[in-house]
Amino acid sequence: MSILEVNNICKSFGSTEVLRGISFSLEKGEVLAIIGSSGSGKTTLLRCLNFLETPDVGSITVNGETLINAADKSTLSESQIRRNRLHFGLVFQSFNLFPQYTVRQNVTLAPRLMLDEQVRAVKKESGRAQAQKFRAEREAEIYKHADELIERVGLTAKVDAYPCELSGGQQQRVAIARALAMTPDILCFDEPTSALDPELTGEVLAVIRGLKSSDSTMIVVTHEMEFARGVADRVIFMADGVIEEMGTPEEIFEHPKSPVLSAFLNKALDI
Amino acid sequence: MSFWEITFYLAQGFGVTLLLFVLTLLFALPLGLVFAFGAMTKFKPLRWLTRGFVYIIRGTPLLLQLMIVVYLPGLAFNYPLPKWGIFGGNTDAAYFFGALVGFVINYACYFSEIYRGGIENIPRGQYEAGQVLGMTRSQVFFKVILKQVFKNVLAPISNEVVTLVKDTALARSISVLEIFFCAEQVLSREMIIWPLFYTGAFYLIFNSLLTFLFGKMEKRMARYR
Ligand SMILES: Nc1ncnc2c1ncn2[C@@H]1O[C@H](COP(=O)(O)OP(=O)(O)O)[C@@H](O)[C@H]1O
Ligand SMILES: [Mg+2]
Repeated sequence: MSILEVNNICKSFGSTEVLRGISFSLEKGEVLAIIGSSGSGKTTLLRCLNFLETPDVGSITVNGETLINAADKSTLSESQIRRNRLHFGLVFQSFNLFPQYTVRQNVTLAPRLMLDEQVRAVKKESGRAQAQKFRAEREAEIYKHADELIERVGLTAKVDAYPCELSGGQQQRVAIARALAMTPDILCFDEPTSALDPELTGEVLAVIRGLKSSDSTMIVVTHEMEFARGVADRVIFMADGVIEEMGTPEEIFEHPKSPVLSAFLNKALDI
Repeated sequence: MSFWEITFYLAQGFGVTLLLFVLTLLFALPLGLVFAFGAMTKFKPLRWLTRGFVYIIRGTPLLLQLMIVVYLPGLAFNYPLPKWGIFGGNTDAAYFFGALVGFVINYACYFSEIYRGGIENIPRGQYEAGQVLGMTRSQVFFKVILKQVFKNVLAPISNEVVTLVKDTALARSISVLEIFFCAEQVLSREMIIWPLFYTGAFYLIFNSLLTFLFGKMEKRMARYR
């Protein structure tokens, strides 16, 4: 069974149709790269997957569970949307770290807030003492996990630094660790290196490459063609809100079928 | 009256000034946040009502507002000005309470505009980053947004707070025996005018203290952007 099935997603803003029937599926452990010129709807697609936008048409299914089906007109409750979001993680183009928190606090904030809720539930059910014990155990786990993630993105020396004290590349690596801290099933990247100086893209791409494993599923929107070719199992080329072409990196980069893709690649590789 | 007697008398009045100042802040700071939410709500009638109210309060003199708070209820319902009993030297508590209500509403309106600016200045990406991590709306607001708003508004709020210290002198116009009124009484009873000028020292020293504290706070938050 596929970990993710996206079926016929359509999304319009007013009269502009931004996504016009996007369908694809993803296996566990796969890395999907999405390429395409700007304005083709890549960001909107990732935002739909992360429930920052609601598709007008189509459905999203994760591990066999349909999270949203636009045909079903009942609107999702806020708590349902939250639960759906936990299947996905999103790394933004502009990092969006929380400036008032240190690296470690950025990474642990969401898990700690989630823990607060769980502790409240435990307290209700089994009393204060049990809840305190539960909190102490889980809190230690959260910090341990966070430190591991921070080490994995190579920022152990910066755990107590604030985002403004970091370079763009370092900030984006923190953002990756922060997304991983919620252990999403599928991690999405929206042009993670586009806001970086050229000399800083390498360190971020290396981190993403290092995440590739049999149990991490990723969707990476990128303009880095070399990277897409090297790391992706499959590549989607989007144009004007549709999937113009989909295939293995070899099919897409060596044997493009559509003239639009050929033109796009010529332009992208020239620059 | 000797210098020390006058100093003591004025200090007593300054106690009333400080009480008015502290209570005003205590209520106006949170109330301003409520007004800010009202001015930003998607529910249009409430939004325009709040904005209209803030517009009127900001566009009219505080002195006039104080008069309205204290005298209008009595005129409207045709009963004499209330007597609640003496408090803080020689002030009737009803007048002090009226002054407090006037100051709180007036300052809450000013604060609300500052908050609104501070909140609207937070980039959308901050909300989205929180949401994507599975936080609830209130978690995003209280854990991610509010502290950044606090940093954004600290400088303009501190300006208003310093202004409030000086504005409390307006309470004199509705018979609150704060420091300025005390000095005027000394003038009329004893024919000594210098206490009037002497009050400036009290305001100045207190404001220096506030400025120092705000500076400290600002420095503490300077570490992050
Ligand atoms: N919130 C929005 N309101 C109106 N138009 C939007 C909105 N978001 C995106 N668009 C439009 O949708 C199109 C696709 O945008 P986007 O998904 O950001 O493309 P990409 O990420 O591929 O560059 C663009 O033309 C953009 O102007
Ligand atoms: Mg984009």
